[in-house]
Amino acid sequence: MRPFYENLPFFTIFAAILCGVITAVIRSGRTAYLLSLWMCGAITAASGVLVYFLYTGGVSFTYTMGRFAAPFGNAIKAGPLQALMALMFAVVMGLSLLGGSRDLFHDILPQKQNLYFVMTDLLLAGLLSLNYTNDMFTGYVFIEITTIAACAMVMAKDTGSNMIATIRYLFMSLLGSGLFLIGLTLLNGITGYLLMPPLAQILRLLANSGDYHTVLVVSMGLLVVGLGIKAAMFPFHLWLPDAHGGATTASSAILSGLVLKGYIMLLITLMLRVFGMELFDAAGINALLLALGLLGMVFGSLAAMREYHVKRMLADSSVAQIGYIFMGLGLGNASGVVAACFHILVHAACKPLLFCCAGRLSAVSGHHRSLRNLRGSAYRDVTAGVGFTVGALSMIGIPLLGGFVSKLFLSEAAVGSEMMVPVLLVIALSSVLNALYYVPAILAIWVHPPAEDAAEVLADVTAEALTFDRSFFISAVSFIALIFVLGILYHPVINILSAGVRLT
Amino acid sequence: MLERILENRFAIVAVILFGVGLLNMMLRFNLLKKVIGFSIMDSAIFLLLASLGYIEGHTAPIVQEGSVNAALYINPIPSGLVLTGIVVSVSVTAFSLALIQRIYKRYGTIELDELLERAKKEED
Repeated sequence: MRPFYENLPFFTIFAAILCGVITAVIRSGRTAYLLSLWMCGAITAASGVLVYFLYTGGVSFTYTMGRFAAPFGNAIKAGPLQALMALMFAVVMGLSLLGGSRDLFHDILPQKQNLYFVMTDLLLAGLLSLNYTNDMFTGYVFIEITTIAACAMVMAKDTGSNMIATIRYLFMSLLGSGLFLIGLTLLNGITGYLLMPPLAQILRLLANSGDYHTVLVVSMGLLVVGLGIKAAMFPFHLWLPDAHGGATTASSAILSGLVLKGYIMLLITLMLRVFGMELFDAAGINALLLALGLLGMVFGSLAAMREYHVKRMLADSSVAQIGYIFMGLGLGNASGVVAACFHILVHAACKPLLFCCAGRLSAVSGHHRSLRNLRGSAYRDVTAGVGFTVGALSMIGIPLLGGFVSKLFLSEAAVGSEMMVPVLLVIALSSVLNALYYVPAILAIWVHPPAEDAAEVLADVTAEALTFDRSFFISAVSFIALIFVLGILYHPVINILSAGVRLT
Repeated sequence: MLERILENRFAIVAVILFGVGLLNMMLRFNLLKKVIGFSIMDSAIFLLLASLGYIEGHTAPIVQEGSVNAALYINPIPSGLVLTGIVVSVSVTAFSLALIQRIYKRYGTIELDELLERAKKEED
């Protein structure tokens, strides 16, 4: 008899899909919203239990779906890393919905609100599956589900510029999944398998014998570039600022905080479980990831510096943060991957907090978005001001906050590798650049503007917007706590991640 | 040479189709043509995938009356994948067409360059 907790990954995915289906027939947006929150809570609890059992037991397991045994059929594989990521996905999803709820019910037409939650539920199902899957083709199918759900979430706020942003996002995503699919086809053509463990076995044989070397390298490149396009890796990030910056608050938070991470988790799985680090190294994929990561860290920040629209600035900053993650993966050693995973967690906590706070700050400033009009807005909602400040400081890398720890571990992973000097230099440069746009933003929200400007902005503010937003308060406080936990009590998290990377 | 081309005819056609689709998707400004390009691209992949599972002279794997002889049949897994892929591709196409329709209703054009210009004007 296998232990009961092995059912949990499947149950969480199934619960998310089921809630999505049920939500489709619920009329009221409020009920759908509550159902989504409860679902996130339940998945959080289940994933927490799973993390506990897998970490204390030091095991990972394969859960076969249906009656077909390997090498056919379909399977889920979960270890501490996957369970922790699932926990994070559910927590961040729930908190983002909480934090953006007022904007959400303001921005979306009442008769369509329940459909928005169909998308968030299916998105969570997609992310969990990308995280847990042990089968390449299942990965592809859920990539597409995640894409459609994410696009629908961008266009939920029904404005013209959002629709154009969505269509650009959609086409870039389709290109990414097309490349992924053809890479997958080539890989299936030379190995004959889709399930990851037998695939990895054959790939090891192929790598040793040198047969089909070109096909192997090409398919690896296609898979990585395909996922890279979807995860906004540096030259493929042009769709991101419009899509993430224009959407409603909760969508921006979820897209930046989670959706990009789902694809990266699949990439990490490919790297650790299917191809193996040596093969990635030999084919030059690591060098590619490292170079593009470093470029993204610099150019993302440069783009953010030119932005005056606060949410687009945050979206551009996501490109830089994703650069950190790719850089960590590109270092090609286990500590680099652990550091990258830690940065995934940190970014998943900081960026939704920043987006929720930015959304709240602009709500108390008459829905103006430019930093100029947000001057002094922190005094109108102090929680949002504090949250924005904490998130921004964490992004810059101030000690005691999560961002500092991930930069520390990324630097540590780079020490000793041959790319040590450029990596450390770019981390330093990128931190300075981060400070160059986050510090002015923090100053802007805390400095009182001249009286006539303030009066002009305040004229647009409704009294309702200024009332205390309880769900936002809960969400912001939880996010801030999460960032401090990651910044101070990082040892257990790093231990779980290292165990997870070893057991993937 | 000719023999090799004949041997790999499916792969060659698939590569050509993929290129046609990709260029259409990337270079055209018309959103509808982009969607068509995407469909061609996906079809190319399906052709490649289906040809991988095909074995000359074997038939569809429909088992009759308990006589199972694997040597008679083609590999069914790629066909199954193509089926799933088609479903995915149809839903994505439907989604993008719906989106394009809404964009047309809103702006009266589906040329991407014009759309971007107009969106910029609106923002200013």
